[in-house]
Amino acid sequence: MKRLLLSLALIVATPVMAEEVVLGLSQDQVAITADFDGSEILLFGAVKRESPILQDPPLEVVIAVSGPSGPLTVRRKERKFGIWVNADAVEIDHAPSFYAVATSAPFNEAMSNVEDQRHRVSIPRAIRSVGAPMGIEDAQSFSEAVIRIRTSEGAYQVLENSVSVDEQTLFRTSIKMPANLTEGDYPTRIFLTRGGKVVSDYETVINVNKVGLERWLFDMSRNQPLMYGLMSLAIAIAAGWMASAAFQVLQRR
Amino acid sequence: MQIYLPIAEVSVNAFLLLGLGGMVGVLSGMFGVGGGFLMTPLLFFIGIPPAVAVATEANQIVASSFSGVLAHFRRKTVDLKMGTVLLSGGLVGAAFGVVLFNYLKAQGQVDLLVRLCYVVFLGVIGSLMFVESLNAIRKSRKNAGPPKRKKHNWIHGLPLKMRFRVSGLYISVIPPLIVGVLVGILAAIMGVGGGFIMVPAMIYLLGMPTKVVVGTSLFQIIFVTGFTTLLHATTNYTVDIALAVLLLVGGVIGAQVGTRLGTYLKAEQLRILLALLVILVCAKLALDLLLEPSELFSIGATGGH
Repeated sequence: MKRLLLSLALIVATPVMAEEVVLGLSQDQVAITADFDGSEILLFGAVKRESPILQDPPLEVVIAVSGPSGPLTVRRKERKFGIWVNADAVEIDHAPSFYAVATSAPFNEAMSNVEDQRHRVSIPRAIRSVGAPMGIEDAQSFSEAVIRIRTSEGAYQVLENSVSVDEQTLFRTSIKMPANLTEGDYPTRIFLTRGGKVVSDYETVINVNKVGLERWLFDMSRNQPLMYGLMSLAIAIAAGWMASAAFQVLQRR
Repeated sequence: MQIYLPIAEVSVNAFLLLGLGGMVGVLSGMFGVGGGFLMTPLLFFIGIPPAVAVATEANQIVASSFSGVLAHFRRKTVDLKMGTVLLSGGLVGAAFGVVLFNYLKAQGQVDLLVRLCYVVFLGVIGSLMFVESLNAIRKSRKNAGPPKRKKHNWIHGLPLKMRFRVSGLYISVIPPLIVGVLVGILAAIMGVGGGFIMVPAMIYLLGMPTKVVVGTSLFQIIFVTGFTTLLHATTNYTVDIALAVLLLVGGVIGAQVGTRLGTYLKAEQLRILLALLVILVCAKLALDLLLEPSELFSIGATGGH
């Protein structure tokens, strides 16, 4: 409803620039199989419009793919009595497990700060922290640490100038998803901007799911934990026995 | 070959895991330690979440210990009676240890306690064993005869005596029970089978012959880690069966190789190697605490450990 109102407002405010996203995805499902080794998703689309193309300011595209979000605890080590121990902790209420932003221009040119704040597109805006406990003055450094650690792991990506736009109408980009993916819905948002202002947005979902053996084992571990535990033990005992028996045969020869 | 682990939710190289399992398995068969104190840090290092690493490691130890203990059974180097006494103490201790662990977790800083436990115990046990076995080797070189350990001390004055035929001991059941309880507590807190504490305790406190110690230690580790696996699987859902299978295939083969290697070495040599290994791991953990880490921040799940 909110989005509807927003797009209505956009249409009312800028009737001349009525441009809309028509999107295609190379796949809207990512299946995690036993040999899953990351996945590359191709996003492509076109801009549908009824009026002639506006030349200035140019059309830019911003694409944000986000993984399932959850709360985190970030801890900082401090030297106490000569050893490094976890001292301060800050709870981040909302941080996506995966986040990629792809833009057709440097981020600051493609989207203004105000629009970023409204739509929460850039990585620092996608992480929400309500408040640090009393006594921690530099709470900001904790959310910066999350971004730094996850960026180095490849879970957070900023891909500036990676969306190619042809004739202000066709756009495409590809986003590499790492092998260490969490299951869930990955909301994918596309923004069309002109002069930093969002003129149209579109949202879809990419599904990431475990399939086959992965699915079966995961479900079993959650639904029948005792059976799962006993199965693990049975496998362990059987493997131990088989190895022992095999070596005995080998030694007799 | 990359494999996606269903519970850990990470993708790892299958051959790397097979190799790690094999390496730790050799040590397990040779020294009678479960290898958890080595494997758990290694798994952290390759990016397995700590909770999954600790739980899955327990399952892998069941396999390598079982494989190792069968080899020892064939050579009749398992003292079942002693193992059962230690085990009954161990289970009591483990249950108590879990309660203690949860209490400390509520107080915060349980991570630090576990690390300090590791450093202190590994350091003390490692250096004591190193010094003792070095002396034993020196003595055996001088006399050319087997070193004689003290056969009588205050332990032999306690009541409730029992004959442990395989170990060649006639001692009270109280010391093995106490050793079992203490090791059980530590095992629960530190998340390991407790072999590296149990083995020296059996040699130095109970005076058991080294050859019997290894098999007996493995025997009781199977039950302690089996119990831990079930506990983790039913309460935390952190046992990753795919990870466990890869580790244990390497582990059971390694354990067989290890038990055979162990027979070629003298008892003192075996002890000195284990001592060096323990000291090495201790030094690594101590350095982690003392040196400034390159990343001061760490991300943890809220509500987890």
